[in-house]
Amino acid sequence: MKLFTELYTELEQTNKTNEKVEALKFYFECADARDAAWALYFLSGRKPRQIVPSKKLREWAIEISQVPEWLYDESRDTVGDGAETIALLLPNNSSIDDTPLHVLVEERLVPLRGADETIQYEEVLSSWQAMNYSQRLVYNKLISGSFRVGVSQLLVTRALAQLSDVPTDIIAQRLMGDWQPTAEFYEKVVTSEMKADERPIARPFPFHLAHQIDFPLEKLGEIKDWQAEWKWDGIRVQVIKRESQVFLWSRGEDLISERFPEIAEAAAFLPEGTVLDGEILPWRDDSVLPFTELQRRIGRKNISDKMLAEVPVIVQVYDLLEFENEDMRTEEFEKRRKTLEQIITSIDNGGKTIFRITDSVRAESWKQLTEKRENSRSLKVEGLMLKKLDSPYRVGRHRGDWWKWKIDPFTIDAVLLYAQKGTGKRANLFTDYTFAVWKEGELVPFAKAYSGLTDKEIRKVDKFVRDNTKETFGPVRSVLPKLVFELAFEAIQKSSRHKSGVAVRFPRILRWRDDKAIEEADSLEAIHALLEGYEAEGKK
Amino acid sequence: MSAKNSLITLTKSGLYCERGDFFLDPWLPVDKAIVTHAHADHTYRGNQKYLVPREGERLSRIRIGYDAVIETSAYGETVDINGVKISFHPAGHVLGSAQVRVEYKGEIWVVSGDYKLTPDATCAPFEHIHCHKFITEATFGLPIYRWTPTEIIFEQINDWWRRNQKKGKVSVIFAYSLGKAQRVMNGIDRHIGKIFTHGAVERLTQAYRESGVDLPETKYVGAVENKKEFAGSLIVAPPSAASSTWMRRFGTHSTGFASGWMIVRGARRRKAVDRGFVLSDHADWTELQTAIRETHAETVFVTHGFIDELVRWLNENGTNAKPLQTQFVGDEDALEDVLATEFFEKEIENQ
Repeated sequence: MKLFTELYTELEQTNKTNEKVEALKFYFECADARDAAWALYFLSGRKPRQIVPSKKLREWAIEISQVPEWLYDESRDTVGDGAETIALLLPNNSSIDDTPLHVLVEERLVPLRGADETIQYEEVLSSWQAMNYSQRLVYNKLISGSFRVGVSQLLVTRALAQLSDVPTDIIAQRLMGDWQPTAEFYEKVVTSEMKADERPIARPFPFHLAHQIDFPLEKLGEIKDWQAEWKWDGIRVQVIKRESQVFLWSRGEDLISERFPEIAEAAAFLPEGTVLDGEILPWRDDSVLPFTELQRRIGRKNISDKMLAEVPVIVQVYDLLEFENEDMRTEEFEKRRKTLEQIITSIDNGGKTIFRITDSVRAESWKQLTEKRENSRSLKVEGLMLKKLDSPYRVGRHRGDWWKWKIDPFTIDAVLLYAQKGTGKRANLFTDYTFAVWKEGELVPFAKAYSGLTDKEIRKVDKFVRDNTKETFGPVRSVLPKLVFELAFEAIQKSSRHKSGVAVRFPRILRWRDDKAIEEADSLEAIHALLEGYEAEGKK
Repeated sequence: MSAKNSLITLTKSGLYCERGDFFLDPWLPVDKAIVTHAHADHTYRGNQKYLVPREGERLSRIRIGYDAVIETSAYGETVDINGVKISFHPAGHVLGSAQVRVEYKGEIWVVSGDYKLTPDATCAPFEHIHCHKFITEATFGLPIYRWTPTEIIFEQINDWWRRNQKKGKVSVIFAYSLGKAQRVMNGIDRHIGKIFTHGAVERLTQAYRESGVDLPETKYVGAVENKKEFAGSLIVAPPSAASSTWMRRFGTHSTGFASGWMIVRGARRRKAVDRGFVLSDHADWTELQTAIRETHAETVFVTHGFIDELVRWLNENGTNAKPLQTQFVGDEDALEDVLATEFFEKEIENQ
């Protein structure tokens, strides 16, 4: 517990990748294999389910620290994290619990799930008594199922690779699938002995990334040298099929095969030695679902059948990086695309429903393409991608061959009406805002937004909120209507659940309009006009 | 407080004593200002006359200007203004910080400004004063704010500095230029390496030295010709320098921030510093309770910070408390930053 807490604290205290890897290496070097296995388990996001409900922890913390409930809740709102609030509120203690991590987990945490409440109560209290602040924080997080630490699987993998001299992708492979956090397992992860199937077949290529186009299209030359494609808003993925094995890599170089089993299954139908580049999208009845649906699947290690049925996915495929075990990246895009089309049309039945080739958008002129781009909203795409037909597949973000051409968001001027404290990085500051627009001389709330302001602006708004509070409802404060902000959003829908009658997608603050008085903010009618225009566009 | 016969009332310019015709820490220009300490949210320029604690005179001069009319009074000395007896008493916040005791016809008020009870070698310790009405801050008025013993924090800072030194990194610690910076330099192990200061810190540090506070030798960053001199050293700078180009000269470095806010992880992440050191010049939750209890005041007015929370807590626990909306900030961050930047710009000009 001691060493693991130190690791957690170190990881928390730096945002430098190298230092995180160093801290991980130091931990794994010192730790007993039985403890290391559990650490690996927690660090790779396989946190145990909630053992004791947060509600109970809150109740006991209130009892021990002798603060009234309202003061606990105020504290919680300021800290933005329950486990941390409790660690801060408990009576000070400097003793250190040196129970090994695996003993703590196996003997004091796991058996507690579903145990009698009095047993839970006694165990939790005696643990709190034995631990200092940092240990309590880690313990509270583990026991409430909220343990999370700012390292990606990639960093953990890298640290283990450096320590054991085993290539990173082999470590990544060994960490796939279901495993039990035992000493035996950990030894197998870091062993330098290669198994027959551990050749570097899982290795992905670096992704080619594009910039937003920031000059007139005409500068690109003739349209016939370019291909335009709809730009989908999903998860970028590289699909690898080599030696009968399938690997799905996200852009963050996370191995995500387990999170999308249906794609992995379909990829088994691809020819040997194939690598595809594309976008995972939530998809039903030939139409894309909101990105938020996909988000429900991203954070999970284990995907239930229910989730598979609720959020079906497909892959919009747009490039071919390897074919018949040959690196295709230096071939021209046009040729890669042709081969890709052949692969996708000849793929066996099982793969057809999952892999779809991204349609190219044909236009005779840039002007015509500009007109076609107007359909982006009704097609629920972000705009267009422009790719030069004779371009290679490059490494990383590059100007010249690929361009993003995203559509402009809707914008509206709205008045700040309510504010709430943020969480995590923004805890203790009023950063979550509700905005209103005019309706028959009254301000009606219509969207919540928080991102988009600079730290300096956030502080100014925070000060404003504190100085101009009208009423307090729990964590929410209503403020005097004085500030106007320009909001941007991607889509707009009718909604009976919202007071304003509309729901907007991805609302965010574009800028602070301190040049505008609240009377100059937009009205609900203006939003409804946007909505009508949007719907009409969809019917075309 | 708003009652007409109240000895001290809140006006749009600040706390006011009508009987003595003076203001306490006013934020708009007035004829006579009594000032608790030299932090920017308590000491404003432009008043006709000032009365400040003698121990903080040098700092006040820097803040108010050398041509201002400043009278001083030592801790414990009584000044009579129109029959109102006024005396300064140590507040333990920063060098020369005071609580102001105001007495008229047996009624005693204490305006405490900002204060802490934690021992601090750079200023006189907080003095408990019995009074009828106590005006308190509440910058850290939540029970999550309970400070770790100062020795442990200094061990952490020393360790951090040593570790950076070993890795060939410069250590840059951000601390408010008035008070915190000097407390850090006084408490740190000065044998570890050389200490350099930002322009905003240097001038106030000089004033601390002249006032007799024990501080290690420091060198002004702007006076360094060869950047190699910074190797393994500690740089003390105001928080506003954090993301400025001023930082470039140090090469590979690690950043730390010394502030009570650093007790919450979210606050540290927001500052985007490598390390947070929980070192505050304000009373924590426990100290606030102690200070308030020891006054035996019949009414406590809470002026800044977690006002509503502390007021509710005191009332629920048998102390009559009321909120008082002043323009004090408590968290020196915002205003001190502005001042530090002013100094900083001057420094650039002078280069």
